[in-house]
Amino acid sequence: MEIAIFLLFAGVAIVSAANILIQRHPIYSALSLIVTFIALAGIYLQMHAEFIAVMQIVVYTGAIMVLFIFVIMLLNAGAEQRVPDKVHVVKYFGLPLAVLFIVETGLIVSSSFSNEGIAVESASINLSGNTQLIGKALYTQYALPFEVTSLLLLVAIVGAIVMAKKEL
Amino acid sequence: MIPLGFYLLVSAILFTIGAFGFLIKRNIITMFMCIELMLNAVNLSFVAFARYYSLLDGQVFVFFVMAVAAAEAAVGLGIIVALFRNRQTLNVDETNLMKW
Repeated sequence: MEIAIFLLFAGVAIVSAANILIQRHPIYSALSLIVTFIALAGIYLQMHAEFIAVMQIVVYTGAIMVLFIFVIMLLNAGAEQRVPDKVHVVKYFGLPLAVLFIVETGLIVSSSFSNEGIAVESASINLSGNTQLIGKALYTQYALPFEVTSLLLLVAIVGAIVMAKKEL
Repeated sequence: MIPLGFYLLVSAILFTIGAFGFLIKRNIITMFMCIELMLNAVNLSFVAFARYYSLLDGQVFVFFVMAVAAAEAAVGLGIIVALFRNRQTLNVDETNLMKW
């Protein structure tokens, strides 16, 4: 049962991720990416990473993708034109190399972690309500990276304002 | 029990789709979305390993990756808007001023 749920979420994530590449209009790509993010949030929820799952929904689909869609609509971006002669190398070598990369990763992964499993039911490990533990880790062990993150966000705010100025 | 390899394989597939899309897409916004997809694929690996070793550090790293992704999206979309205002195009092939 749990593997069926996992395969459902993984299939939705992969198919909608592939749909990003198939669609020519950026707004359809953005909507497919939102579906991928929500499917990934389902996978996180199944792994008992509730905090990450909620963050995925709130930050990625709620903030970042809304910003993307806002920019796409603001710039009135149309569908991508086909470029006839520039993408031949990518077309003939890119896809086989991508498939080769996936197969290679699959072989390595299956040889290293062949019969190890993740207990989806948290019977052995008590991590079911782990948001409190993440908060504690953020403010004790990872206090310095946490503060550096706030500095990074400050720099991003200043950078976004500079980018949005009239003359650049 | 779901094997850890399944999660890593899904992560690898999503990362490859993101990298491939970054190379074949010509619209700068779509390329940017492919970067976000790659970040998410790595996040999935982090959470799977955190669950596998029953440590929380992986989830803390995912938190930091999300913060970086949010900052990157704000600045990157600002750059895209400024670029569009100056060049009136979103096609990266036409934005080749610094190309030798």
